[in-house]
Amino acid sequence: MWKNIYLWLDERIGFNDLNKNLLDRPEPKTTWWNTLGSASLFLFVLQGLTGIFLTVYYTPSPDHAYDSVQYIMEGVAFGWLIRGIHHWGATLMVILVFIHMLRVFYTASFKYPRELTWLIGIGLFLTTLGMGFTGYLLPWNQKAFWATTVGTQIAGTAPYIGEFILKALRGGPDLSALTLQRFFSAHIWMIPAALAGLIGVHLFLIIKHGESHFPTKDD
Amino acid sequence: MSDSHELSRRDFIKVTTGIVGGLIGAIIGLPSVYYLIAPALREGGKEAWIPIGKFEDMQIGVPYPFSFTRVQVNGWERTASSFGGYAVRKSDDPNDLFILNSRCTHLACTVNWSAEAEAFLCPCHDAKFSIAGEVLDGPPPRALDVYEEHRVTEEGIIEIFFKES
Repeated sequence: MWKNIYLWLDERIGFNDLNKNLLDRPEPKTTWWNTLGSASLFLFVLQGLTGIFLTVYYTPSPDHAYDSVQYIMEGVAFGWLIRGIHHWGATLMVILVFIHMLRVFYTASFKYPRELTWLIGIGLFLTTLGMGFTGYLLPWNQKAFWATTVGTQIAGTAPYIGEFILKALRGGPDLSALTLQRFFSAHIWMIPAALAGLIGVHLFLIIKHGESHFPTKDD
Repeated sequence: MSDSHELSRRDFIKVTTGIVGGLIGAIIGLPSVYYLIAPALREGGKEAWIPIGKFEDMQIGVPYPFSFTRVQVNGWERTASSFGGYAVRKSDDPNDLFILNSRCTHLACTVNWSAEAEAFLCPCHDAKFSIAGEVLDGPPPRALDVYEEHRVTEEGIIEIFFKES
């Protein structure tokens, strides 16, 4: 019976083609440096999953944000693990995405025909930083509050439109409940949606062009 | 070398990836499930004697309403829940009374005594209970619950035994 189900699905999906195009692609001679993109993708998925689980208990309100995080850490079974993975995974993701970018730069993998992959990669790096910036505020402790005060103040120093940017980021002139709420919204909906879309295009382009050869001495 | 069970390099990688992936999945996945259902596994069950009113204030044959609140810590907040019921006195004997829980046995709305209808009526789905708590009409599957244990204090106050769920 399982075989019949498999055949039915295979006829409509084509596992063979999928496997050949996605997993069994021809690769140049690769090193561990070529695994950084996959590692970043893995972390993105891991952050997504642990993040979804955190929203079960987290409350983005100045009255409850801090207490709900304390509750996750001390009151919920394995809350420390889920939040710990999310916390350290975030740091690791920023580092990995950045090293991935450096690798692509040093091996000149951004050149024709992969310029677009590179540009989208820049977008991925910036959105990853955006995730870090918005996520940092959510625990609503002293460090989070002042880091965001400083961060938004820096954005506010832009000439002419600085004040507008500051107010748009904070949802008003001050760091308030509105700030926490919009950072939360950006952190769990807007930026992840952008990130997921960009990752889709990034992966499509990688599969289309294949991995680049590392340059040799002759290049 | 020429072992017929020899793994190819590819198969070794596949198996290793599967095992490592499975391990990571289990290490993160199982605690995640526990994390989700943790509130359902917490033990409540605090017990208390709750005073509901003076025996002398209760009239024979007229349901005497009472209500009380219990505070429980849920997560990082204290939640107050209301409970209530009716004491129905049958004679002069302080022990000859029964105490109904006003929580409807259908879907947990609160029933109210209607002197007009001479019945407990539930506003949600038109359930109707007799003064003794038996189902007269509507969807409830069983009679109103009863607070089984009660006692009379020296000052003539009726107290019921209450156990949190």
